[in-house]
Amino acid sequence: MTNPQLNERGELTHLLTLEGLPEEVIRRILDTAVPFVSIAERDVKKVPLLRGKAVFNLFFESSTRTRTTFEIAAKRLSADVINLNIGVSSTSKGETLLDTIDNLVAMNADMFVVRHAQSGAPHLIAQHLSRTDRRHIHVINAGDGRHAHPTQGLLDLFTIRHYKKDFRGLTVAIVGDLLHSRVARSLIHGLTTLGTPEVRAIGPQTLLPAALESLGVRVFHDMASGVRGADVVVMLRLQSERMKGSLLPSAGEFFKHYGLTAEKLALAKPDAIVMHPGPMNRGVEIESAVADGEHSVILPQVTFGIAVRMAVMSILAGTS
Amino acid sequence: MAPTSGLPDAEATLAALAERMRCAVAIDAKLVGIYSGGAWLADRLAELLSGEHPVGYIDVSFYRDDYATKGLRAKVETTALPFDIGGARIVLVDDVLYTGRSVRAAINELFDYGRPESIELAVLIDRGGRELPIEATYVGARVAVARDLSVVLNRQPDARLELSVEPAGSAPRD
Repeated sequence: MTNPQLNERGELTHLLTLEGLPEEVIRRILDTAVPFVSIAERDVKKVPLLRGKAVFNLFFESSTRTRTTFEIAAKRLSADVINLNIGVSSTSKGETLLDTIDNLVAMNADMFVVRHAQSGAPHLIAQHLSRTDRRHIHVINAGDGRHAHPTQGLLDLFTIRHYKKDFRGLTVAIVGDLLHSRVARSLIHGLTTLGTPEVRAIGPQTLLPAALESLGVRVFHDMASGVRGADVVVMLRLQSERMKGSLLPSAGEFFKHYGLTAEKLALAKPDAIVMHPGPMNRGVEIESAVADGEHSVILPQVTFGIAVRMAVMSILAGTS
Repeated sequence: MAPTSGLPDAEATLAALAERMRCAVAIDAKLVGIYSGGAWLADRLAELLSGEHPVGYIDVSFYRDDYATKGLRAKVETTALPFDIGGARIVLVDDVLYTGRSVRAAINELFDYGRPESIELAVLIDRGGRELPIEATYVGARVAVARDLSVVLNRQPDARLELSVEPAGSAPRD
């Protein structure tokens, strides 16, 4: 089976998912992000790599942080950035997704950053571009449905590597609503590919997808045993807006069992780091003392996210 | 190790380059080595020159003019300039001066850190073949090399520097 993200020479041409992405491709992105971190500390926070290129941020679903960090990343690479909040424009007038894409290609787009509520929408765009022989246009998945959020997964991997140096020997605990989480899915694929020996999923039965064990993940329903001895604790946002029906009794009940408090964090390794993809619900999945505490690397994650997105964009745009 | 036919000895050439620079380089000059060969040379020159010359390192991958055709290099180092570029006297250091394109990229990158007082260029080997109006201030040795060969500086495990020639293939022409 061919991987639609790679060209015939095995080079990355779209970033759609971390699932099935070769280890050397993931490592190259992480390595390339390192020199991009320091660009934020310079007088001129720009390099000329994407000068003259047009990057279209296509957000069919709302997002502040992801869209902003993609915009900053593209601007620091000297690209021209066009933000389209399509949820409230063309599609409401009946235009199809691929017609929208064709129109933007007619405006000389070089790269699409796509967020969509439908899983597979970025794949569909990438296939459409390749079928119509416009392979020089690149697609980055900025989150599709419950499927994948590869740049978030990569920035999580970058953050873990920054603080822990190596994935071998690590225990990573992912806590909360994994059922609705494309962030968790991408992170699990990345961690597994990079050889993390123990990846744990912690949450109530109703919020854990059935197939976790087949991904090589150990499942815990009890927070204390799941967090014990962890090097990295990743808290997920309780996605109440995605929940249909009653998967949970209440947010307060959830916090009691699965919220990260200082007492529960004390069960992890003394030098454990705490991560959260944002936006956080303080007092629902994480208490403020932990979110703002010495173990928290939640804000560095945001800073690293810009460097990781610069790395992805500059690798893609340099691939023909 | 392939025979380095016709190439001068790297250590002797470095000593000659340092000798030429010793009295000519500004007392407050800062050395900036272009990765990877130029970075090794900048470290060595800082020891060989009189006075204190702080050393920085620059990776020009984000400023190269062949990105559109060749893409991003597989391995990019972090540019590290532990001093203010604004108002500084800079000596760029590189191993081999050929087309002048790496030096053009390095000058552009330096200006994104500030406005230097001056920039000079020190190279171990000048092999001619310029495609841009760039000349070195200090040269270790001038050599003639066929266009289908690359001159490469290597560092041995004991830190000794050695020059060799390789077929010019994927290696960029600096």
